Amino acid sequence: MIKVEKLTKRFGGFTAVDGIDFEVQKGEIVGFLGPNGAGKSTTMRMLSGFLPPTSGKAEVAGFDVFLDSLRAREHIGYMPENVPLYPDMRVHEFLRYRAALKGVPGRRLKERVGDVLELCGLKDVEKKLIGNLSKGYRQRVGLADAMSHEPDLLILDEPTIGLDPNQIRLVRDLIRNLRRHHTILLSTHILPEVEMVCSRVIIINKGRIEALDTPQNLRAHLAEAGQILFDAIVPDARAAASTLRSLESVQSVSHRADGEWTIFTIHPKPGQDPRESLYEQAVENKWRVREISRPPVSLEQVFAEVTGGEES
Amino acid sequence: MRRFLILFGREVSSAFHQPLAYVVLFFFLIVTGFNFQAGVTLLNTGGGTVTMVQAFFNTVYFWFPFVLVFPLITMRVFAEEAKMGTIETLMTAPVRDFQVVLAKYSGCLFFYIILWAPSLIYFLVFREITGVKAAEALGSYFGAYGMLLLMGLLFTAIGCLASALTDNQIVAAVISFAAILGFFFLGLLSFLLPSTGTFLRELTYYLSPVEHMMDYSQGLFDSRPVVFYLSSTFLVLFATYHIFQYRRWKS
Repeated sequence: MIKVEKLTKRFGGFTAVDGIDFEVQKGEIVGFLGPNGAGKSTTMRMLSGFLPPTSGKAEVAGFDVFLDSLRAREHIGYMPENVPLYPDMRVHEFLRYRAALKGVPGRRLKERVGDVLELCGLKDVEKKLIGNLSKGYRQRVGLADAMSHEPDLLILDEPTIGLDPNQIRLVRDLIRNLRRHHTILLSTHILPEVEMVCSRVIIINKGRIEALDTPQNLRAHLAEAGQILFDAIVPDARAAASTLRSLESVQSVSHRADGEWTIFTIHPKPGQDPRESLYEQAVENKWRVREISRPPVSLEQVFAEVTGGEES
Repeated sequence: MRRFLILFGREVSSAFHQPLAYVVLFFFLIVTGFNFQAGVTLLNTGGGTVTMVQAFFNTVYFWFPFVLVFPLITMRVFAEEAKMGTIETLMTAPVRDFQVVLAKYSGCLFFYIILWAPSLIYFLVFREITGVKAAEALGSYFGAYGMLLLMGLLFTAIGCLASALTDNQIVAAVISFAAILGFFFLGLLSFLLPSTGTFLRELTYYLSPVEHMMDYSQGLFDSRPVVFYLSSTFLVLFATYHIFQYRRWKS
């Protein structure tokens, strides 16, 4: 559905997107993840045909986004960041105008507008002025607009930004329901959202793709190098730590006190799991153990790791 | 063509969705009404050398609202979409850039025509009440309103260009007001320059809207202003199209 090759965008001397390549298959929901200014919006603008790239090429549904822009655009439903709408129009007027503009034939307009109003839960506000709608409703109008011409591909730039948790859930459910008919590329800051909705994740930082995989794989990848918590009562914390350090599968150990308990944080050597030997050590030294665990790695950690932010 | 008509419809309806449209229409009616009344007074006192149509289209009360109205009509068209960000959804729909530019331009022109249409009624009323013809011949009407349209073509295009230059409506209005007023005063120079035959006088005479209107409202047809207004309108629209594209591409 999407094919991107060496796509680059420079603004003056600043390189916003730096030669990225990726492909998205039909029916996928792909999450575009990255810190602010990473190049997410710029990439999406180029894909939607709004910005021409400095170099490289992109195809949507087999049409080059720049050379055959009009036909490519017919297959794309794009919702920009902050959802710009015309405040002077009523919801159903706006959707009708947009659908007609995007090539829905006159006899099907009414049916299409009715469908998207229904699908996005806008029936009860269809006669309201867009300027008077709440943020959540406007977001849904934007979404309704993006899919009004039944595009194969939906490009949604931060569809849940600025919404309250209830509205986020509504929009998220909506997106999940759309997967049956559309391929979706969405960008977001909210990591749990990606895990819940997306089948693949593209992590982008400073204009480059840092990782591209399923959320599960990304997590599994990091989990190999993840930490292990070991929580026990030991007579002498320092001595115990050095004992643990001497284990074959352990890379490093740090510890802190928690009342009479000591919590050890253990970094294993890559690909090794020292939990069994930790247990054996505890039995041998008659330490009382409260917990031996490997906390699940969240996508947040993957994100921080990959984009070079502080690990949480 | 269908897309152009959809865009054009949107432009017209958005023009009439904003309160500014009615404020402009209202005050415009007041000023042109006053202008008409001044014309009648002139005919009553000044004697019979001019017709009502000539008196209406050649006073300062005509030129003042005429020049002032273009920035108000056009300042919104591109600047507002750029500011609100709706340009992004607009230009990712399958529409061509020139369709958008032409639709916005035609929308403004349509409003301009709506603005002037009621003035035709004045002349009908005038003839009905006084029994005197408002113009010697039909050519006078065609001339005056034709020239009104020709000047409207160019000045609306200038306003659109100014609006495409910036995100700020006020800035757009100031730019187009300055440009239109500058052009207008350049034309007035032909009255101030003493001798005929000098290049500058010939040039300003050629460009002067006041001169054009004076001729045309007498029913005198001259092909030079037609060529001038049509070609310069085309040029300005062409520039608008390129600036519109350029600003999007570097955003």
